[in-house]
Order: sequence, then structure tokens, then C-alpha cells
Amino acid sequence: MAKYEWFAEIDAMVGHQYGRIYAWDKVNEAMVRQWCEVMGVDNPIYTDADYAAKSQHGQLVAPPAMLQAWCLAGFHDELAPGSTTDNPYGVLKLLEAQGYPAVVAVNCDLHFDRYIGIGERLYYTTVFDDISEEKTTALGTGFFVTLKMVFLSETGDGKDDEKVGEMLFRVIKFKPANPPEKAKPAGSDNAAPKMLRPKPGISDDNRFFWEGCDAKELRIQQCKHCEKLQHPPAPVCMHCHSFELDYKLASGKGELYSFVVMHHPHVPPFDNPNPIGLIELEEGVRIAAGLIGVEEDVSPKIGEAVEVEFHTYEGELTLPQFRLVSTKESS
Amino acid sequence: MQTKQFKDVQVGDKLPKQAIPITVALITSGAIATRDFFPGHHDKDAAIELGSPHIFMNILTTNGLVQAFVEKWSGPDSIFKDIKIKLGMPNYPGDTMTFKGEITATDAQNKTVEVGLAGQNQYGTHVTGTVLIALP
Repeated sequence: MAKYEWFAEIDAMVGHQYGRIYAWDKVNEAMVRQWCEVMGVDNPIYTDADYAAKSQHGQLVAPPAMLQAWCLAGFHDELAPGSTTDNPYGVLKLLEAQGYPAVVAVNCDLHFDRYIGIGERLYYTTVFDDISEEKTTALGTGFFVTLKMVFLSETGDGKDDEKVGEMLFRVIKFKPANPPEKAKPAGSDNAAPKMLRPKPGISDDNRFFWEGCDAKELRIQQCKHCEKLQHPPAPVCMHCHSFELDYKLASGKGELYSFVVMHHPHVPPFDNPNPIGLIELEEGVRIAAGLIGVEEDVSPKIGEAVEVEFHTYEGELTLPQFRLVSTKESS
Repeated sequence: MQTKQFKDVQVGDKLPKQAIPITVALITSGAIATRDFFPGHHDKDAAIELGSPHIFMNILTTNGLVQAFVEKWSGPDSIFKDIKIKLGMPNYPGDTMTFKGEITATDAQNKTVEVGLAGQNQYGTHVTGTVLIALP
């Protein structure tokens, strides 16, 4: 692993403990209420003093997921008085100096020893826990850096401060595989760009099929010479090799010949899980298409009756999809 | 508000799905409510400069939404022990994140329940994780 001379210096820092970083404010009702409003947390143990007094906590407490927020530096990026000047994220700065500019958080594991009451003052200490070997991921090449924070509540009466929680924070600090271009700004509707379904490649051979979808017709290629059907469309009849091809309107009824329900990876913008069927049409040819009406925990059945439905995406792409006939009434 | 009782739950039980509209207001308010003033969470121009199409949700808000999702189901007397999350695709305004979750383990001795969850948006999975809670 002696790939880089400078790495030894960083590797030697593993285990380094950083000093205390204090919260600016004691755990307080105002910040808790605001946090609960934004997150949509409606448990009254955080905001209703009477309710909380009768609860197992005996008093108002802070939402556990708020743990990290109490000790953040704030608007001016200044730590509360008494905090260490030894930056726990210093190792990231060292990697940056070696040409690994980007950072993405990978894991955040919170552990709560107990709930924290209104009025407690928190601080945390950090250990530089681990740095990985250089790894190449889809994002780029770099290092996974793991920090562990321990949160404590100050007692102030000479007793040992009590540990209230922990956080493991892992980031990848990397050289981007595709250096970020200036992103295309979001549109005027103030939203990030929408993921769109890929469009089919349309050629002289298959144009009739896609135009049929626009007209909500399921068109299956038919040979003028031998009158047999084939799908997907091709330039020549697979049965008699004639170039004289036309199409026939299919009824859209058929049965499930085979299927797959794709769970992983989630490929946006498709539904997840994504059920895909191979349908045997009553005309005798098979067509692959998305399935509709598949409930998440109910597996479709081979041989099940299906029927075509046309769905238009983004107002311009109409796809034939097949609904399980058994689900037709209920939906 | 009802709290789930340990005796009434089992592995495989599903949490009600929750669809959360991701808005500029939610991302900025979430960042400020968690004292995270990093410009990428409230300043669109700064976010674009960083290579994002828009402002993006901070991790502390994701943690908050995870707590909210589980706590709505588990109830006021449930106690959170762990929230462990893995981060994926960003949450940008205009998207919708849908949480799904189910019980993945139970521990009768400690009366704890592990919830496995995932929050998905149009780009894929924003967050996956496990939450450990104690139930009465």
C-alpha cells in the first residue's frame, strides 16, 4: 500500500483524537419545535410539556435524530467558545491538497444511549477512525474516510460527563471520474431536471409499430406473401424471407408467457420494483412489455391473462403495456 | 397516538409508505433547522457552481425525515436506539421521495425491533438504512 509517500503521514493519523466541540446553545424548546415542524415529526414528547411530563421521559426531550445539529458551527462557521481548534475534518483537507477535491457522504450511523432533556448542554469529541486503501468507484478514485464522534452531556458539578450518543460518519474523498461540468441549471419551474424514459430507436422497419402506439393500436408485422406474423419488426419475413411486409392489428389480449420483476438496481424513472412481461398474444407472437397492476408482494403467474393498455409519457412517448386482467376491476 | 406494542409486531410487517414532496422550502428549512448553513443547501447559484442542478438536501434533514417516517408508525412511546443510513442519489426540489420500510429483525429479550427502509426518488435511491427502536 506504499503507493504514495504522503499516504503514510495520513495513515499514521488514524486513531488521532480531536478535542471537544461544544454546542452554542443548550438543548432548547425553540429549536426542537422548529425541527419537528420541518421534519413532520408530531410526537408530543418533543413539544407538549404536559404530555411529556406524563411520559416515560418525565419531561420534554430532544428528537434523537437532532443529535448532530446541536454542535454545528452555524452561520458564521465559528465554533462555540471552548471548542478545539484542531479540525476533525483536517484529514480531508490533507487529501484535498493531494488532488482529491470532491467529497460525498456515504454513511451516517447514529446511536443513542439515552434521550436528551431540554436544558442539557452537549459537546462531542472525534476520532479519526479509518482510511481505506485507494478505491475506484463509479464516482471516481479516492479514499473512504471514517470519523467517529462521541456526544456527551456536561454535568457541570464535577461529576464525569455522561455519554449520550455516538455518530459514525464515512465519506469518500475523491478525484471525480467525470469532472463536474457546470451543471445545467434547473428550469424556470424551479425544479431539478426530470428523468425521462428512453425513447425507442425508430427506423423504416419499425415505424408502423410506434405510429400504431400513438394511435393506440397494437400493430404486429405480417408477411404479405406467407401471411405469418413476427415481432419485433424486421426488414424481412423470418418465415419465407419475403420483403413484402405489412402489419395486422392485434386484439391486445394474451397471456403471460414469462416475466421478471426487477428489484435491483433501481433504474429511474422506471417504477421500482419494475415488472416486465413476455406476453404471448392470442395471435401467436410474443412481445416484451412493462406489466401494470402487479402488486408488490403478489407474484404474477405464468399463463395469467393480460390485456394491452397504452400509456403516454411526457406527452410524447406512447408505450404498449400489459395489465393483469385479474387486477382490472380493482384498479 | 398509539404506540406499537412489541407483542403485536413481527418480522416482515410493513410500515405505511410515505411520499414526501421535496421542495425548496423543505430543503432550505431542513438545513437551517439543523444549523447547516452550507450554501449548497440554500443557494441555487452556489449549488450550480458545485455541479448540481439545484440545491440538495443535507444529511441531517434526511436523518430527520427517517425518524419521522418510523416514528409515525411506531408511536410516541417507542425509543430510538440507532439510525444508520447509507446515502445515494441527492434529493432536489421538484422530486418526490417515497419511503418504504419493513421489520427486518426483532429481539424479544430487549424488546427491540429493526426496521429496514429505503427512500427513493426519481433518480434512484436517496437513502437506505436500518433503524433500531425499542417498543413497550
